[in-house]
Amino acid sequence: MSFTDRLKDGLRRSRETLNEIFYMGGEVDEQFWEDLEDTLVMGDMGAEVALSVVDDLRDQAAREGLGTARSLKRALVKRLEGEFPQVERDPFDDTPSVVLFVGINGAGKTTTVGKLASVAHRQGKRVVIGGADTFRAAAIEQLEVWAKRAAVPLITRERGADAASVCYDVLDRAEQFRADLVLVDTAGRLHTSDELMRELAKVVSVTRKRAGEDWPVSVVLVIDATTGQNGLEQARQFNDALDLDGLIVTKLDGTAKGGIAVRIAHDLQLPILRIGVGESIEDLDRFDAHAFCEALVGQE
Amino acid sequence: MFNSLSDRLSATFSGLAGKGKLTEDDINRAMREIRLALLEADVNYRVVRDFVGRCKEKCLTAEVMDSLTPAQNVTKVVLDELTALLGSTDAKLALAPNRTPNVIMLVGLQGSGKTTAAAKLAYLLKRQGKSPQLAACDTHRPAAADQLETLANEIGVPCFRGDGKDAVEVARQSIREAIDHLRDVVIVDTAGRLQIDEEMMQEAEAIKRVVKPDQILMVVDAMGGQDVVNVVSTFAERIDFDGVIMSKLDGDARGGGALSVRAVTGKPIMFASEGEKPDSLSEFHPDRMAKRILGMGDVVGIIEQAVSQADAEKSAADAERMLREGFTMNDLLDQMKQIRKMGGLRKLLGMLPGGDKALAEAGNSIDDSQLARVEAIIFSMTPEERARPKIINGRRRKRIADGCGRSVSDVNQLIKQWEQMNKMMGKLKSMTQGGRSINKRQMRNMMQQMGLPNDPRSMRF
Repeated sequence: MSFTDRLKDGLRRSRETLNEIFYMGGEVDEQFWEDLEDTLVMGDMGAEVALSVVDDLRDQAAREGLGTARSLKRALVKRLEGEFPQVERDPFDDTPSVVLFVGINGAGKTTTVGKLASVAHRQGKRVVIGGADTFRAAAIEQLEVWAKRAAVPLITRERGADAASVCYDVLDRAEQFRADLVLVDTAGRLHTSDELMRELAKVVSVTRKRAGEDWPVSVVLVIDATTGQNGLEQARQFNDALDLDGLIVTKLDGTAKGGIAVRIAHDLQLPILRIGVGESIEDLDRFDAHAFCEALVGQE
Repeated sequence: MFNSLSDRLSATFSGLAGKGKLTEDDINRAMREIRLALLEADVNYRVVRDFVGRCKEKCLTAEVMDSLTPAQNVTKVVLDELTALLGSTDAKLALAPNRTPNVIMLVGLQGSGKTTAAAKLAYLLKRQGKSPQLAACDTHRPAAADQLETLANEIGVPCFRGDGKDAVEVARQSIREAIDHLRDVVIVDTAGRLQIDEEMMQEAEAIKRVVKPDQILMVVDAMGGQDVVNVVSTFAERIDFDGVIMSKLDGDARGGGALSVRAVTGKPIMFASEGEKPDSLSEFHPDRMAKRILGMGDVVGIIEQAVSQADAEKSAADAERMLREGFTMNDLLDQMKQIRKMGGLRKLLGMLPGGDKALAEAGNSIDDSQLARVEAIIFSMTPEERARPKIINGRRRKRIADGCGRSVSDVNQLIKQWEQMNKMMGKLKSMTQGGRSINKRQMRNMMQQMGLPNDPRSMRF
């Protein structure tokens, strides 16, 4: 199954609901717009974004005389697509590069690091994994398994070690190893914990300082597609504290629609660098706004 | 952007302040605000639709309390409905009395916090005098068993890992292990699984068949969005769990998913997990959750208390100053008498959002008999120190301690308590106003809308 098929499959349910609306009698009436709004809200897009999208679409339909499901769908795809900012620099391609993965507990940071390391290694890049999650029980062991699978070196220290100093070591070793890509896993934390956010800010600033000019450092927020409206607050807090460079949306293989990604991308103008649509390594791939929106809306 | 339902409603009804009666149109407008507030809190769309319909009906037919403003009346209806929907009685873990070992099985999505919750639950049971055993049946995620074992060692609970290959086999053996070692509760941690992953759902069913759990708990992330409903209804259908543990409630997610879970499956939420430490699992209180979803602490209760004890003008001015400038030692002193009248510090703190937590952190050191000692310590401070407790350094502490005949650590404790109260004032401020500065008129509006009807007791939420 190709990645696009996987994506389509993952978003199948939301597409089906939308199709239902688009084909229901074919009548574009008040009920149609209300249902469309509801469906977008159900995809976790947030009431505000959904309202503005539907209002815009309604104006456009009136202006351009769009009356068929097909033309409305196309307009909807275009409108949603416009919410996503372009990816200016892909830190996983443009090497040398250091990427720090941050996010709340259970978002999928460790798994994402493992998968991306495998992909980059297969592409012939020299990859180093840094294990700066020295807090969670067995986080390092989990990363070790991934490093072994990807056949790349893991640099870390014992549980409880200072995360910033681990990052310093990681860069020292990465330099010796002449690595192209350094992927650093950090401990999950809730954005409401000031202390832990400050600790993370220190980790980022130490890493940036140590990396210097030659190694551009990117900070990437990993977010679970099942997250609701709180995801925006998460992204905002992490962005304020760390100045994020992009997002990775995981777990889009369930029935969650990942609409919160639309809202975050829209409100914070953060590009989505990768999305995960399944368990296997190939299922974590580049984000294509057009394909995503088409899969969501069901444009053939 | 509005911060909470109460803000939304206040805004909606500000134009109707003088009106004694609401038209259907007014109520429709209010219902729209409620709908948006609930969606913003991640309550499932369908649940919202039913809920709003019910509230509307109640608002149109229910007897309206004269002592409340229109906004208060609507808020009251909504809060009552919400609390009822969340379950009016607190659900408890039901373990068969004559079975050894009792078995509790945990299920949920990846990353919802099962492993952590398993350890916390074991710790809770251990403190209740049981001898729990953990079973590491997550054989899929790398190092999941290591994680559980590490946590188990930290809380001093045995952990059974088996060969770590076949989850069902590990589950089977873990029960035997518990019987051999006379352990009375086995907590089975399972792998995270998507509800549409057929193979994994079958595995969960197989584990269930083998261990025959007394209780199956589903761990649900408080940050979850609209899809929570699909997830829990499939789990309810396939695994038929008995209750829910809401995890990551220490964040600022409103946790509307909780409401959806309850509404869609009828399963009660039994525990709230909020923190990184093993003791941060507590029983779930529906009324508090209702207020959290609506974005209101028990501010009503506090203002109500203040109103019944002091004259309205003064308490409004006091509350306003405390919100604006924080809590000074003078405030503490000034209010000492009033606090006593209001039933003591503990009660007051307990009513503030986050107050329970602060009380727990202070290690039960805040009690009423301490008030006199606190007064003595404050009397030993200079006026400047009372107004700006931040300037109190080590030398000043020593002087204050000598002056009142208490020890330096008592002074330290008071300052620490002051810091906590101040922090809470900050929370109250950000909750009522989203961190923006508050002006006198707004404050008075709030007081009026929330706590100053003719008979404040009639609107106890």
